[in-house]
Amino acid sequence: MLEAVISALHQLATLEYLTFLVAGVAMGLAVGIFPGLGGIAGMSILLPFLYGMDPVSALALLIGLVAVIPTSDTFTSVLMGIPGSSASQATVLDGFPLAKKGQAARALAAAFSASLYGGLIGALVLTLFILVARPVILLFGTAELFMLAVLGLSMVGVLAGQSLAKGVGACGLGLLLGAIGAAPATGEYRMNFGINYLVDGIPLVVVGLAIFAVPEIIDLLRRERAIAQQDTRLGAGWLQGVKDMWANIGLATRCAGIGCLVGALPGLGGSVVDWIAYGHVVQTSKDRESFGKGDIRGVLAPESANNAKEGGGLIPTILFGIPGSGSMAVFLGGLLLIGIDTGINMVEADLDKTYVIIWSLALANVIGAGACLLLSKPVAKLTTLPYVYLAPFMIMVITFAAFQATRSWGDMLALFAIGTFAVYMKRFGWPRPPLLIGFVLADPAETNLYQAVQFYDGWNWFWRPGVLIIFAITVVSIYFGTRFAVKTTPSGGGEEGKAKTLRPQIAFTGVILVLFLFGLFDSLRRDFLGQVFPLTTAVVMLGFVLYALWIKIKGQVDHPIAYDAEVDYELRGRPEAVSAEHYLLWLAGLLALTYLVGFVLAMAAFFVLFLRVKGRAKPFIIAVLTAAAVGFLALMSHLLVLNFPAGLLQAAVDMPWPLD
Amino acid sequence: MRAQMHTTILAGAAVLGAAALMAPQVAGAADFSGKTITWTIPFGAGGGSSAWARFYVPHLSKALPGNPNIVVKNIPGGGSTKGANLWATRAKPTGLEILGTSGSTQFPYLLGDRRVKYEYKDWHVVMGTPTGGVVYVSPKLGLKGPQDLKKLRGKSLKYAAQRATSLDLVPLLSLEMMGLPVKAVFGMKSRGAGRLAFERGEVSIDYQTSSAYIKRVVPLVKAGKAVPLWTWGTFDAKGNLQRDPTFPELPHWAEAYEMMHGKKPKGPAFAAWKSFVAAGFGMQKMVFLPKGTSKDIIDTWRKAAAKAVSAPDFAKEAEKRLGKYEQVTGQAAVEGLKTAITVSPKAKAWVRNWLTKKYKVKF
Repeated sequence: MLEAVISALHQLATLEYLTFLVAGVAMGLAVGIFPGLGGIAGMSILLPFLYGMDPVSALALLIGLVAVIPTSDTFTSVLMGIPGSSASQATVLDGFPLAKKGQAARALAAAFSASLYGGLIGALVLTLFILVARPVILLFGTAELFMLAVLGLSMVGVLAGQSLAKGVGACGLGLLLGAIGAAPATGEYRMNFGINYLVDGIPLVVVGLAIFAVPEIIDLLRRERAIAQQDTRLGAGWLQGVKDMWANIGLATRCAGIGCLVGALPGLGGSVVDWIAYGHVVQTSKDRESFGKGDIRGVLAPESANNAKEGGGLIPTILFGIPGSGSMAVFLGGLLLIGIDTGINMVEADLDKTYVIIWSLALANVIGAGACLLLSKPVAKLTTLPYVYLAPFMIMVITFAAFQATRSWGDMLALFAIGTFAVYMKRFGWPRPPLLIGFVLADPAETNLYQAVQFYDGWNWFWRPGVLIIFAITVVSIYFGTRFAVKTTPSGGGEEGKAKTLRPQIAFTGVILVLFLFGLFDSLRRDFLGQVFPLTTAVVMLGFVLYALWIKIKGQVDHPIAYDAEVDYELRGRPEAVSAEHYLLWLAGLLALTYLVGFVLAMAAFFVLFLRVKGRAKPFIIAVLTAAAVGFLALMSHLLVLNFPAGLLQAAVDMPWPLD
Repeated sequence: MRAQMHTTILAGAAVLGAAALMAPQVAGAADFSGKTITWTIPFGAGGGSSAWARFYVPHLSKALPGNPNIVVKNIPGGGSTKGANLWATRAKPTGLEILGTSGSTQFPYLLGDRRVKYEYKDWHVVMGTPTGGVVYVSPKLGLKGPQDLKKLRGKSLKYAAQRATSLDLVPLLSLEMMGLPVKAVFGMKSRGAGRLAFERGEVSIDYQTSSAYIKRVVPLVKAGKAVPLWTWGTFDAKGNLQRDPTFPELPHWAEAYEMMHGKKPKGPAFAAWKSFVAAGFGMQKMVFLPKGTSKDIIDTWRKAAAKAVSAPDFAKEAEKRLGKYEQVTGQAAVEGLKTAITVSPKAKAWVRNWLTKKYKVKF
């Protein structure tokens, strides 16, 4: 081992290597700053250039890029409320409220120092863990992975917010949404309406953006001012963020450990790491009423976990050739291209290569987080801009990122449909994180349970020691989640959010009821193995939803279930605020225009119209912003070898690039 | 670009002193100088097909007249049917848009999957890459090698599969024909995930394609944790099954069958088996030009492929990345494609019927 350590240090400490590492970090920062693009797009841009490069430099570029993305994706999560990638979805919950309070710089600084620390801890753990990782990972069979998925689902209790019934209901919607497409056991297509797009299920990027970004963008537009509510000195919190991190160093260490371990398990998917970390901090905190309203610990926990996760994700990739996440899959492709054979050799003859990878990851983390820390003060100023100028860019970036998911029209339609649904979830107080957790865990839960039952002939799997241990942790986690629940006033109880009329939300709950009924009927048409999961979900959830409906029909306006955010607008003396539906129509218009003239032209037209009508911007500003947007799209189309959705116009006439 | 071409010609003339050599390239065939070729891969950026294409990119670029820039475009979805469908409807016959397919693109086509909107017979094959596969078991079953095959009888076997209609159809069909009852557990995300289940001891039998076998399973064999039993074999020019040249020490499946049953496999089931092995492995990955491509462009591409694989540094590199198989170009590729997409109606009906009966697959 010592020889490998020394050899690895030698390879790392060359100017050429470090230069390429910094170049990789710079690329990662550039890509990661755009939400939804994340590692996969960045790596795909990089791959064509790697072939033929010197393997050592190529490796440095690759690692620099992959290491920094969970750091730089924090920008939009905190500043805009748009999850930069699936790794920083939980960061939105407290990061964005902090930005709204004018503490964006503090939140960013805390997030970056946590990222840095988490990445370093991750590397430290990995250096030793990699030597024994192989047998440890082999201990986690399908049964253990199923139990871990259950542990993940138990976090819903913590994240449910004011009403458990609504939280569980939202989680059920996520489970149902995740069950769309081919059933793991039988390959039957569930709930796909005969549409080919739905055969593979809806991509996580699309769901994440729809659930978080669309409602936030619309909400901010309706408020008609900058993101930061008070015009405070943004830079002031810069140092405070670093201090916050230092004050919670124990928490960051624990979360980094969690990130490392969960990231190392193939088949669970790194997307739950940040939620598990977030759940952990809420459960273990005594004073928890400020979570979700801008508690700095809610930023520190997921951010220290998600950087450690990348390190953990290396283990199955390097040792078994099985990538734990999408970006790791592309990373593996990159390793293959530069001629690094992964496998058991990586802890034997090639241990030095493994150490080069692990420590480069740590080093890239330091460089990346340092750069972000320096950037956080100027970038935080974005929150003081009038939102109406930012909004078209945000809309462009999320539609582009959604489209990048599978490059089909379906992506944009799904974004709009789920986004519209999420707008009403937000309005009527249905918590959105549980939906995402359900969605992410639907497939691991179903697949692993079915496989465990097959592999271990029935229910014997439950008595495996690993399963029992994780089961015990789940029970403890649920206990802590409920036992110390703070009895805050439910939002429906006070004046705030007390609905005047229950009719709109009865209608919305009715829609949810219909969705579950649809899931129920669709599952009845499937084989036993294909139906058992959605059927169980639908039946259980119908109970919760009927309960919620009953409360509303009874007219209990004081009950937390009967929350309606529209009342806030009236209370704040802005009953004249433009309705959410108004902006949904703008989005629908963009889609219709795309159908007619293709994405790029439609986007340009949207920019001009929106900035003129809603922003009342001067022609010069409109021209500059629109040109910037089209330039961005052209650049991305070129780098990603991507054709944007074409419209009827393109079908009729051959258009020059990038309009084609 | 024109200037660049001139310099190329001038330099060539100066060095070789024979400008005439360059003439046929400039005049007759298509020229791609300054062009960008888009290579659609209907799988994700991290997968085997993508790695295969990216391996070929520089070699093909070097061999094509004008050394065009080649970019790989990943369009995953629907088990590769999505990307192939899109390409089939959109690609223009300019020689600038090519498609890379794999066995997973062929099987749904052969089985008459509803999602398939493409027709192989419309396309023009440029080249093909064969591969093989090795079946191996856990030493816990008590086997030391192929000689102990008979011991498999009566053992309860579990196999971790992706789907019944994926390439896993071949191992499932093979075991079924051998009379070995195997419990298929579906929903694996990749063959790699299946191997992990084997390593965890959750299943006792597994197969991997050649390159994955060499990289991931051979170390297990050396450590005494896996026992190889047979390969799928390869076909000679007359369509007879041969031992796989990469694993000459292992019997091919028909030999293994004979070792177990004392007679050769035959009948409609074996005919179907042969069709699907040829389709799935014989030309596992192929490069295509779209419908309506002119003869000039097709010839240019085929010549370039032949040139690329006969370049001096190619063979060694290819063996390392793709396994020890002859890359198929020219007329052989055309013949290979024919074999790969021809399944007799009887064999097709037999497999569909078997899939429906045994695995409840609906067509």
